Amino acid sequence: MLYIHCPYCGELREEEEFHPKGQAHIARPLDPDACSDEEWGDYLFFRDNPRGIHHELWVHAVGCRKFFNVTRHTVTYEILETYRMGEQPTITAEHPEGRPSRDAADQASLREGVRA
Amino acid sequence: MQRYSGFGLVKHALSHHENWQRQWRNPTPKKAYDVIIVGGGGHGLGTAYYLAKEFGVKNVAVIEKGWLGGGNTARNTTIVRSNYLWDEAAALYEHSMKLWEGLSQDLNYNVMFSQRGVLNLGHTLQDMRDIQRRVNANRLNGIDGEVLDAKGVQELVPIMDCSKNARYPVLGASWQPRAGVARHDAVAWGFARAADAHGVDILQQTEVTGFKIRDGQVYGVHTNRGDIEAKTVGCVAAGNSGVLAGMAGIKLPLESHPLQALVSEPLKPVLDTVVMSNHVHGYISQSDKGDLVIGAGIDGYNGYGQRGSYPTVEHTLQAIVEMFPIFSRVRMNRQWGGIVDTCPDACPILSKTKVKGLYFNCGWGTGGFKATPGSAHVFAASLAKGEMHPIAAPFSIDRFNTGALIDEHGAAGVAH
Repeated sequence: MLYIHCPYCGELREEEEFHPKGQAHIARPLDPDACSDEEWGDYLFFRDNPRGIHHELWVHAVGCRKFFNVTRHTVTYEILETYRMGEQPTITAEHPEGRPSRDAADQASLREGVRA
Repeated sequence: MQRYSGFGLVKHALSHHENWQRQWRNPTPKKAYDVIIVGGGGHGLGTAYYLAKEFGVKNVAVIEKGWLGGGNTARNTTIVRSNYLWDEAAALYEHSMKLWEGLSQDLNYNVMFSQRGVLNLGHTLQDMRDIQRRVNANRLNGIDGEVLDAKGVQELVPIMDCSKNARYPVLGASWQPRAGVARHDAVAWGFARAADAHGVDILQQTEVTGFKIRDGQVYGVHTNRGDIEAKTVGCVAAGNSGVLAGMAGIKLPLESHPLQALVSEPLKPVLDTVVMSNHVHGYISQSDKGDLVIGAGIDGYNGYGQRGSYPTVEHTLQAIVEMFPIFSRVRMNRQWGGIVDTCPDACPILSKTKVKGLYFNCGWGTGGFKATPGSAHVFAASLAKGEMHPIAAPFSIDRFNTGALIDEHGAAGVAH
C-alpha cells in the first residue's frame, strides 16, 4: 500500500483514494492543426517509461478530486515528492538528491512535508 | 535430441531416472551469429525454434539476462484463446491457436494444452451486445464461438452464482470451446529444447548492455560476456522492451505495469473451464494440481518491481468471490507479479525499426502467453525474410503515427 501526500489536502492518505493518470508534464501542442502525423502521434501515444525516477499525474479521486504530480521510483515504488499542478519537480533523474531550491515556494513546499 | 516417449519413460525407470539427457546445452557465445534474439521467454525461444526449423536459419543465439522463462512466461495465468474482435488481431491469435493445437507433438514436449473452453461473462445489456458483436465477428473469421444465456452458463459452471440476486447478475457469456490453458513453464522449456536440438545457442545469464549500430544498421550487441555480432537482431523482452529500445535510441509507445496473479491452496476438481469477467474484473481457472489460478487487472501506475499491490489483490478476490461465493473461504497460497508492456491500443508491436536489421516484438501487455507460438512463428518468418509477415504487418509501430490502430481495449474480454 502506497501512502501518498496530497499537496492540496496536505495529508498523507492511502493509495486507494487516488488514481494514477500517467506521465506528467505533457504539454498540449500550441497549434494542433500545424502538427505533422509524427508529432501528433508522439503527443498522443508515446510516453516515457523509465526504469527509475518517473514524474506522473495522480488524481485524489475520493478526496479533494484535484490532480497533482508525483515523483516516484518505478522499481522501488518509493514516492520521492508530490507537488501541485504547474510546479516543477525538485527531484529528477539528473538530480536524484534534489536540485538546490531556487525560490521560496520550493522551500515552503519542502517544509510542509511535500517530500512524503 | 533424445526423443520423449512412453517407451523411454519405462526404459529410464529401470535406471531410476538418473540418465536423462540434459534438455539443452549451455554453450559459450560465438563471435557472430546470423540472428540474435534478445529475451529467452516463450516468444523469444519460439522465434529461435521456428527460425531454425522452418526458415533454415540455424546459426541463431537467444540471449537471456536471467533464466529461461523467468519473466512473464512463468508469471501469467496460462489462458489461451483467440476470440478477438478485429480482423488483424483475430488472424494473429487464431494463427497461434492452430499452432497450440499441434504444439506438444511438434516439440515432442507435453505442454499440457487443455482445450477446456473459456467463458467471457456479460453482466449488463451492453456487455451482452458487445459479446454478440464479438462472437459474430469471430465466426466470420472462422473462430469458434457461441453466445450463451445465464442458464447455459449455469449448466457449464454449476458452482457459479448465476442467480438474479447477485450484485452483478450474470446475463450470459461468450463461449469459445477450443480455448483453454497450457502449462507455461513447459512452453518455454519445450521451445528451448527443440530449438537447441536444431543448433540454436541459448545463452543464459547474459545481459545485453547495448547495440552496435553503424550507419543506421545494427551489427551486433554488447553483453556482459563480450560483444556478439549479427546483422539481424530481434528484441522480445516484454516489460523491458522500452529500456532496450532506449539503448538503440528508439522510443516505443509502451508503458510497463505490474500485473499480478495468485494461486490458492489445492482443491479437489471443482472448476473444469476458464471463467473471465470483464465487468467485475477477474478471471479464474483450476490447474491440474488443483489450485485455483486467479488474475485480474494491472496496477494502474508504471512499475518494474515484479510485484503487485495489496489493493489490487483485494479487488481481484472481491470479483472472484462475487462470482463464486463457494470460494470465499479458500486460502491463497502464492501471489506474484510480472511486468507487462502495455500498448495504447492493447495490441502488440511486431515491427521493423528505423535501425536496419533491428526488430521489436513487444507490447503484448496482459495477453501475450496465448500468442506465444503464433507470435514466434510470424516473427521468425519476418526476421528470416527481412519483410514483415502478412499477419504481423498491421502491427507495425507506424500505426501510432498513421492512426491505423487496432483497438482491442475491452473488445476481447477481461485481459485487455
